Amino acid sequence: MQNNTNKMKFLVPLISVFLGLLIGGIIMLISGYPPIEAYAALFEGIFGGSYYMGETIRQMSPLILSGLAVAFAFRTGLFNIGVEGQLLVGWLAAVYVGIFVDAPAIIHIPLAILAAGVAGALWGSVPGILKARFKVHEVITTIMMNYIALYSTNEIIRNFMLAPGERTENVKESASLASPFLQELTDNSTLHYGIIVAIVAAVIMWFLLWRTTLGYELRAVGFNQHASQYAGINVSKNIVLSMAISGAFAGIAGSMEGLGTYQYMTINAGFTGVGFDGIAVALLGANSAIGVILGAALFGGLKIGALNMQAMAGVPTELVGIVIALIIFFVACSYLVHWLMNRVNRGGKI
Amino acid sequence: MSFMDILALIIPAAIVSAAPLIFTALGGVFSERSGVVNIGLEGLMLFGAFTGAVTIYYGEQFGLAGAAPWVSFVVAMIVGALFASIHAVASISLKADQVVSGVAINFLAAGLAIFLTKKIFNAGQTPVISQRISKSDIPFLSDIPVIGKLFFSNAYLTSYLAVFVALIVWYVLYKTPFGLRLRSVGEHPMAADTMGINVKKMRYVGVLLSGALAGLGGAVYVASISGNFTHSTITGQGFMALAAMIFGKWHPLGALGAALFFGLAQAISISGAQIPGLQDIPKVFLLIAPYVLTILALAGLVGRADAPKALGTPYEKGKR
Repeated sequence: MQNNTNKMKFLVPLISVFLGLLIGGIIMLISGYPPIEAYAALFEGIFGGSYYMGETIRQMSPLILSGLAVAFAFRTGLFNIGVEGQLLVGWLAAVYVGIFVDAPAIIHIPLAILAAGVAGALWGSVPGILKARFKVHEVITTIMMNYIALYSTNEIIRNFMLAPGERTENVKESASLASPFLQELTDNSTLHYGIIVAIVAAVIMWFLLWRTTLGYELRAVGFNQHASQYAGINVSKNIVLSMAISGAFAGIAGSMEGLGTYQYMTINAGFTGVGFDGIAVALLGANSAIGVILGAALFGGLKIGALNMQAMAGVPTELVGIVIALIIFFVACSYLVHWLMNRVNRGGKI
Repeated sequence: MSFMDILALIIPAAIVSAAPLIFTALGGVFSERSGVVNIGLEGLMLFGAFTGAVTIYYGEQFGLAGAAPWVSFVVAMIVGALFASIHAVASISLKADQVVSGVAINFLAAGLAIFLTKKIFNAGQTPVISQRISKSDIPFLSDIPVIGKLFFSNAYLTSYLAVFVALIVWYVLYKTPFGLRLRSVGEHPMAADTMGINVKKMRYVGVLLSGALAGLGGAVYVASISGNFTHSTITGQGFMALAAMIFGKWHPLGALGAALFFGLAQAISISGAQIPGLQDIPKVFLLIAPYVLTILALAGLVGRADAPKALGTPYEKGKR
């Protein structure tokens, strides 16, 4: 039985990805695009050279962190849809420290990342407190907090940090994660050191959840609040803490954009989508640190490959968004996958 | 600018902004009263806006003229219901996590609508439509002193339709056997099942109705406010409708009131610069007001709001 559930843990994501790509192909076929050519272009756009690899890895770092944020909350029984907003405040905090603080790189970079983490943690702890204190469902509050973050960060940039081009100044060089070495290595891609931060964060999440008392308590609350309460665990404290830690990961995801990819923050007309993709990454990665990294690799690759798909086969990049949506959908309907598996298995035996 | 002038500027604008929110929030009431969380309202509204824009555009080509928007409303309702059926199958029959399924619906609608827009029009947006719902004064009522000018002149017919539909939804939910069944399924599905109510069927009806009304909300937004569909046509209105539904305590008339209030907030943030006294308040406070208020409402500071008890839990026969 144990073996069987472990097998399902791998099979559900794999089958979901397969079904997502399959239906994506059918949609292309119906709307008159060549699916095989398009997918060939997509995969070439992921693996077709060191430049593409560099871009994919660069795309992965915020995705890993936002995936970790969602996964961490999931582990403790909470659904953090607010990663997008926490990412935005983290992005702003990182850029703020990057612009207005003077320090050598060895202090400046960690300080900016820390600021992003703290900002994200504070933003994330609001829904946590509301949940712990007033029993307000975190799904709604985190969605509302996203919009508050979007409009507030824009307003702060507009009033205090505006540079020509509807954005902030660039961060100082001492706060930048950009790496000429990595860029040269990958044929002038925009790869930066953020991926190291992301992987360290994944290790921290794994260690925190599985090797510390705090992690044990957090998971226990996620499994069964009442039993945890009975066992003497402070449920309220754990809910707030979990949302804060989740928000910290999300905030650091924002610092990847602010210190790495862009070096500045723009006034955003809408959401970046990275926070929402984190939900997909976490679901696909079964909320484990290693799974999140793999999920981020898949979605990072799809996003970069989509550009090539549009250039080579003329298929709009939105198709990849559709495929990602379908994958989330099938992971959510793991019941369907179980049912299909049972059908197939039984068919084989009888 | 006199106080009356300010009101004459703001109130019609608020009623216009509120109409799409009212329809969508009422859809949310149907779904959530039946026990199915519908985070996907945003996506359903977005797809309704896309359907509306496309239908009106081709309706104009085929010579439907002034009827084109009204035809588009019907089409958007059907398409919205079809789209919502995906959420219904996932969350009712396949027992998926309703929130996750709703998130997937939002992604899917956004991706598909823009994908199709690019496919059909070779551009990131639909052409701007010329047949809109026109502003008009309601005969007789607009002649009433004071009130007539504020509430019955220079407004869209769809706004009154929205208020009317809210009354119908209230009647259906609270005065008909169907409404009682729908609500019972959201409160205590096992008890309802014991009484011979088909829980799954009622929930399907609730979710499909929410899709139809959210689709209508999106189409009304295009026909009265935006005039075409782009990736930034629907940005958060669906979530605002969800907020209105919660702020209105899952009650159709509450949702109506909250949607009107959020419409007012939107109208003030759009035309606030012309109003003395409001010019000095940063626009951002008005933009975030609906969201902050919803959070406060949920925290119980504006009176307790109780969600339907079985909200978010799939029903399994025989499981206690």
